[in-house]
Amino acid sequence: MALNKPYQDIPGTIIFDAEQSRKGYWLNQFCMSLMKAENRARFKADERAYLDEWAMTEEQKQAVLARDLNWCMRTGGNIYFLAKIGATDGLSFQQMAGSMTGMTEAEYRDMMIKGGRSPEGNRYLGEDGDAQPQHQPQGAAGKNKDR
Amino acid sequence: MAKISASVYTSHVPAIGAAIDLKKTGEAYWQPLFAGYEYSKQWMKDNTPDVIFLVFNDHATAFSLDIIPTFAIGTAAEFTPADEGWGPRPVPKVIGHPELASHIAQSVIQDDFDLTIVNRMDVDHGLTVPLSLMCGEPQAWPCPVIPFAVNVVQYPVPSGRRCFQLGQAIRRAVESFDQDLKVQIWGTGGMSHQLQGARAGLINREWDNAFLDRLIADPAGQAEVSHIDYVREAGSEGIELVMWLIARGAMSDIAGGPAPTLKHRFYHVPASNTAVGHLILENN
Repeated sequence: MALNKPYQDIPGTIIFDAEQSRKGYWLNQFCMSLMKAENRARFKADERAYLDEWAMTEEQKQAVLARDLNWCMRTGGNIYFLAKIGATDGLSFQQMAGSMTGMTEAEYRDMMIKGGRSPEGNRYLGEDGDAQPQHQPQGAAGKNKDR
Repeated sequence: MAKISASVYTSHVPAIGAAIDLKKTGEAYWQPLFAGYEYSKQWMKDNTPDVIFLVFNDHATAFSLDIIPTFAIGTAAEFTPADEGWGPRPVPKVIGHPELASHIAQSVIQDDFDLTIVNRMDVDHGLTVPLSLMCGEPQAWPCPVIPFAVNVVQYPVPSGRRCFQLGQAIRRAVESFDQDLKVQIWGTGGMSHQLQGARAGLINREWDNAFLDRLIADPAGQAEVSHIDYVREAGSEGIELVMWLIARGAMSDIAGGPAPTLKHRFYHVPASNTAVGHLILENN
């Protein structure tokens, strides 16, 4: 019998369950290695060579090199592990979270100061909130995408 | 006999720790948040316990994907603040209480909760930010701390019901310890926040405040709320709030005692990506 996964109809959200964890095991363990200063230095010196030391898929390596956190998550990354890449790059958690929305850093920060993203229209896929697939990317990037 | 004197609930946002460490608490962005903890710091001085039992979650710091314990109790003599990638926070070492921690582990496991016992664990912002918010910046923390880590990183996390029942077992364990100790239990994490994907930045003020109301007045009812409601309404990381039910379950009223007194309640948006909630409940 299939497992109960009621969380697959939430827009813009990937729940890190056992299946994602299995897919992302080496990606996340690579991230974990960046908690050591000497590993951060080796990664920064030659990212590709450092990634090649890990049993990650080519797609996972490309996602890391592109610093595309949504892509990393789709391939099994977990945000608390991926945050180690951000720390290596000198980014704050807010910069990392914002990067996944398509908004600029200032746009995302302003949204948070104004009370954050509303849950209205963002609870189920198929509604019309700003986190729905049809409204990506958000912010000025989205407004300019058709020009 | 040891007793639980009070429970404290607070968010543990890492940026709050950074704001304290970088001396930014007086900045316009942070000032309203820290103002909400002024009462709490004085309360903590006036009501310093002998031990804090601190429920938190590790954020891929002490536990990688190698080992993922659902409930882990720290029984060591001391715990070092972790380097989470930005360098360790400049805060005091956390002194444990191995005797009480081992006693609680034995009692709770005999009460059917299969804890993982941890004798070596660095503690991350999940544990040190609440201590900073409640105690300020002392040279040493005011009392020993028993770290209790809950898996809320890999789904499924423990249910609210299980957490609430565990809290009740922890109260029984504390009360069967022979030394006269005043123990506080803290539940940390939350409130609404989502750190990932196109829905990052989600905040649900109405849901958060309903959670606070219900945690105070109807915790058994709140314990029946399913994971999916937390995730849908309070964001994928809002699920951390189940940890508050462990602390609430340990209060006397759940075992037929009088209702606790609400000493302080605070809510603020935002701290970085997160809604901050805070309660202090005293046992009567």
